[in-house]
Amino acid sequence: MDAEITLTVDGQRRTVTVDTRTTLLDALRERLGVTNPKKGCDHGQCGSCTVLLDGRRHLTCLALAVAHDGAEVTTAGGLSGPDGALHPVQQAFLEHDGCQCGYCTPGQVCSAVGVLDEIRQGHASHVSEDLEAEPGLTDEEVRERMSGNLCRCGAYAGILAAVKQAGEQAGEQAGQEGAA
Amino acid sequence: MTANEVTPTPIAPRSIGTSLLRRDGVEKVTGEATYAVEHPVTGPDGQPPLHAWLVTSTVARGRVVTVDATAALAHPGVVSVIDHTNAPRLADTSDAELAILQDDAIAFRGQIVAVVLAGTSESAREGAALVRVEQEAEPHEAVFDEDSPTYAPEQVNGGSETDTLDGDPDEALARALVTVDATYTTPHEFNSPMEPHAATALWDGERLTLHDSTQGPRPVRGTLGPMLGLAEEQVRVLAPYVGGGFGSKGLPHAPEVAVALAAMTVPGQPVRLAVTRQQMFALTGYRTATRSHVRFGAHPDGRIEALRHDTVSQTSRIKEFAEQAAVPARVMYAAPHRATTHRVAELDVAVPSWMRAPGEMPGMFAHEVAMDELALHTGLDPVELRVRNEPEVDPDTGNPWGNRRLVECLRSGAERFGWAERPTGPRATVDGEWWVGTGVAASTYPMLWMPGNVARVRSLDGGRYGVAIAATDIGTGARTVLTQIAADALACPPDAIDLDMADSDLPFGSVAGGSSGTTSWGTAIVAAAQQFRADHGDHPDPGVETTAASGQYAAMDGHALHSFGAVFCEARVHRYTGEVRVPRLLGVYSVGRVVNPRTARSQLLGGLVMGLSAALFEDGWRDPRTGHTVTQDLATYHVAAHADVKEIDAHWLDDVDELSTPMGSRGIGEIGIVGTAAAVANATYHATGVRVRGLPLTADHFLE
Amino acid sequence: MKELTYHRAEDAASAVALVTGDPDARFLGGGTNLVDHLKLGVTSPTTLVDVSRLPMDEVAELPDGGLRVGANVRNSDLAAHPAVRRGWPVVARALLAGASGQIRNQATTGGNLLQRTRCVYFQDVTTPCNKREPGTGCSAIGGYGRYNAVLGASEACVTTHPSDLAVGLAAVDATVVVLGAGGERRVPMGDFHRLPSDRPEQDTTLAHGELVTAVELPASAVARRSTYRKARDRASYAFALVSVAAGVDLDDDGRVRDVRIAWGGVAHKPWRAAVAEEALRGKFLSEESVREAAEAELAAAVTDEQTAYKVPMVRNLTALTLTSLAEGATR
Repeated sequence: MDAEITLTVDGQRRTVTVDTRTTLLDALRERLGVTNPKKGCDHGQCGSCTVLLDGRRHLTCLALAVAHDGAEVTTAGGLSGPDGALHPVQQAFLEHDGCQCGYCTPGQVCSAVGVLDEIRQGHASHVSEDLEAEPGLTDEEVRERMSGNLCRCGAYAGILAAVKQAGEQAGEQAGQEGAA
Repeated sequence: MTANEVTPTPIAPRSIGTSLLRRDGVEKVTGEATYAVEHPVTGPDGQPPLHAWLVTSTVARGRVVTVDATAALAHPGVVSVIDHTNAPRLADTSDAELAILQDDAIAFRGQIVAVVLAGTSESAREGAALVRVEQEAEPHEAVFDEDSPTYAPEQVNGGSETDTLDGDPDEALARALVTVDATYTTPHEFNSPMEPHAATALWDGERLTLHDSTQGPRPVRGTLGPMLGLAEEQVRVLAPYVGGGFGSKGLPHAPEVAVALAAMTVPGQPVRLAVTRQQMFALTGYRTATRSHVRFGAHPDGRIEALRHDTVSQTSRIKEFAEQAAVPARVMYAAPHRATTHRVAELDVAVPSWMRAPGEMPGMFAHEVAMDELALHTGLDPVELRVRNEPEVDPDTGNPWGNRRLVECLRSGAERFGWAERPTGPRATVDGEWWVGTGVAASTYPMLWMPGNVARVRSLDGGRYGVAIAATDIGTGARTVLTQIAADALACPPDAIDLDMADSDLPFGSVAGGSSGTTSWGTAIVAAAQQFRADHGDHPDPGVETTAASGQYAAMDGHALHSFGAVFCEARVHRYTGEVRVPRLLGVYSVGRVVNPRTARSQLLGGLVMGLSAALFEDGWRDPRTGHTVTQDLATYHVAAHADVKEIDAHWLDDVDELSTPMGSRGIGEIGIVGTAAAVANATYHATGVRVRGLPLTADHFLE
Repeated sequence: MKELTYHRAEDAASAVALVTGDPDARFLGGGTNLVDHLKLGVTSPTTLVDVSRLPMDEVAELPDGGLRVGANVRNSDLAAHPAVRRGWPVVARALLAGASGQIRNQATTGGNLLQRTRCVYFQDVTTPCNKREPGTGCSAIGGYGRYNAVLGASEACVTTHPSDLAVGLAAVDATVVVLGAGGERRVPMGDFHRLPSDRPEQDTTLAHGELVTAVELPASAVARRSTYRKARDRASYAFALVSVAAGVDLDDDGRVRDVRIAWGGVAHKPWRAAVAEEALRGKFLSEESVREAAEAELAAAVTDEQTAYKVPMVRNLTALTLTSLAEGATR
């Protein structure tokens, strides 16, 4: 059974016909030609297909496209500016060599953007000592929160440095704006 | 095309040694890099791709009685079902792993017995589920244990000798005052690159174009062409981006044959095949389990007088792969009496193949845990024990070492790690809920150079140079370091290099494997660049070019060329649950000159992470009743996640190896994984006093 | 995956009517388990009724101090809710110990309770499995057993329930609110999941077509002083080998006034360790007293070579969890 849905993908409104069985990931990759999110396992076990869905990090392999009619999807491709300028998270990944083969990378980047937002909102994690305190941008917090994105090349040290750098930059920026 | 063979001379490093940003980093961080099934390939008349789905056997041995495609073909969108009765015939069926769909034989569970083609991936998947395959099961053997019958292979992977013998190790072991005699095991391990094996194939009636996820476009072309009855030039393989491989994409596997055969049934129509994560556990190679019996006979001062390393692994009955796990024991330590042997058990199982540092990884786990046991028996510090057994020449060949700096790696690592503060005995440190311990192990990997590489250098407008070779970058940084090598060989800035690679139509590039890529391709690029300058001078006219093959530069015949390293680990073992965590991991390496510190560091850290992952988690569990690896996904076959990798660092000695390459470098892809699992195991022993001789080091071993 | 008809539910009652009337229909929530199973062929519905947009996404404080959690509240939102963090830390901790950040953003409260076993044979349609296909046999017996049950298993099924949240909810005596064709009913957590017996295909006591609409958390002293600990292979993003959800209420002398212990990874359902709880009431909490109580609970355990580790592991982890709670630890 086919269904027509509309998605906003990286700022562009796209209407697409999908099979009711089509996952959001396959709708993006196979129907819309948006291959920025990657398929590493197709079963929610690797994180390569992570996008920001209505602003939150989300797996697309465990979502049916038809159930997400009207959703706003931001892939790693949509994080960079229209002029091609990299998002601070992407720039930090590049500088710290937080990627090797590059296959998990778009998912890592989207996840990192989500992680920084979750920390900013004060969400605790499994490693937070105090559930009610503001979590810090510590190594332990970032590692735990990024654990849903596997990297077989083992680029975790670079990814950690990149996420922290991007988070600290954003924090400084917010501080400056707050002061001004 | 045969190119002149040129043997290069050393080049002066300018870009080499700098941390040039990864050349394809922007494409990767944005997701714009295009992998095997992401290329927007259409047929000559705009035909969209068909989706292929594999149907696999569910018995370990037997034959296909019938393939009933009726229900599948009735499913909307399904175009065809290809099985052994209607698949195109192969011209060469001598490789039984690759000769699929040619007869009714089933040699292992998970073997390809049919391929479904459909208009969408949803209908292809459901079509595959609807194919009814009647199979006749025959008795099978899938258990690898002490009772498995074994044989001696003619040689082991890498072309090494099966057995070696020097002196009389058994007699020397019998009279040794201090001995170690223990058996060490490693489980089936799976490469599990993040991009599953995949390809897009298009047959236009003349030529097969394959966008493949492979470590070697030319080797794939060289294998598939003759099998398909085609001239090699009729096959074009492209692999601009490859989502990891770690050996599993080093040789073509059955899925590449499946997609090629499927494409040949639909001329003009592209076919996409993405192997599922589950199917990878049967179809794309793995590291066989190993069992190593290690014996050391030593003097009380720690000097090893005799050693034996007898290793057994298993392979598929239809194709031999002999993991060379005893080979590193031939070069590691001095001992006048020594023996190494390899035996293999043949089973009705999936075909094992290369996985990062085949041989060295499992073999050095055994060898370096045994060294830790010897340190304990002699009362020596494990670093000091290794120093005392440092051989003056290669014990295997008697050749002088090219550049053996193991002792410096050990000393430098010990200092960086704070090894001196380590309590001598085990079970000495408690921190809250954790036992804490530290361990060390040595690592080694041979310098490998592949013959036959050819590079082309062409001058372009504006002082730029085009450099071409069918090399691949599977995440190693090859695209970046080859640019740097070309720049230095031509004495121009790296930004003046246009590197063309990952296409089998380009001059021959060998496989990205065995830590041989930079060595082999880089040497060819230097050869071509130097010949280009000799042919065309420093101010060439745009358009002139030189193609050259690299002669053997590496002084392999008179020297023992190997890399070495030392891995230091702090392990914590939970006093209540036995869970093992690794807060600190450090590797110090001697790998020749490092071409790009940024990407090299990632390679070495990546090896350490994979070694850590093998130490703690990886275990492909095979069901003896079916020969089926039941831990066939990333939720049950665990690889290290971010939270498992804490303080981790890699350093290297200031090194130049002019005996190995004109760049002064050696390969770095594998050595990071070697010895790492042993260092972790030794640290868990130091933490708890519990000696675990089999991987992985799961919590149950340490529970009290 | 068979061809599917998709309905977006207008309201809970019509969703229930649709599914009740069609044995091949299923509810679709966050999809994290169902979509996985559709692709594996583990389940083959012909109709999906999407309830994920129904307005069951509120966390509301009840007059008695309890909390009513809508079935569509996402795992991450429930874990982040200030009232949950304060009053039911075991629930927040259990949620945060499960899956990954992405999956927690997607998975719902109701769906989490209904997730099915991760047994490798259940998930592989080419192998016999009584839970997936009743009467075909249990491949896990004599097969891969590292995650198998040690309590309450049957000859038909030896698997464990994978949810962390469910273990936390079992410890705080939550109530599951269910809407069926005949109206609403309230199911105590202890009666929600079931042991496999000879009907392992039935994970819960829900009838086909019944929809989880909410989960209620009663306020209590034990819930306020509670936590969740999980032992696993990886440090994150891994199912439990065993887990312990526990809460304590001590009197002024430090004796146990009330205690709750629930175990994950040991049985086909979250295992409420009632024997151990009873043994500890009125006692001081020490490693010895808790170990002894846990051992009493574990007297009924049946293990084999692959599962033997679970007995000392859950015993030790229970001792650690309760003694650290008694010492005022926050995690």
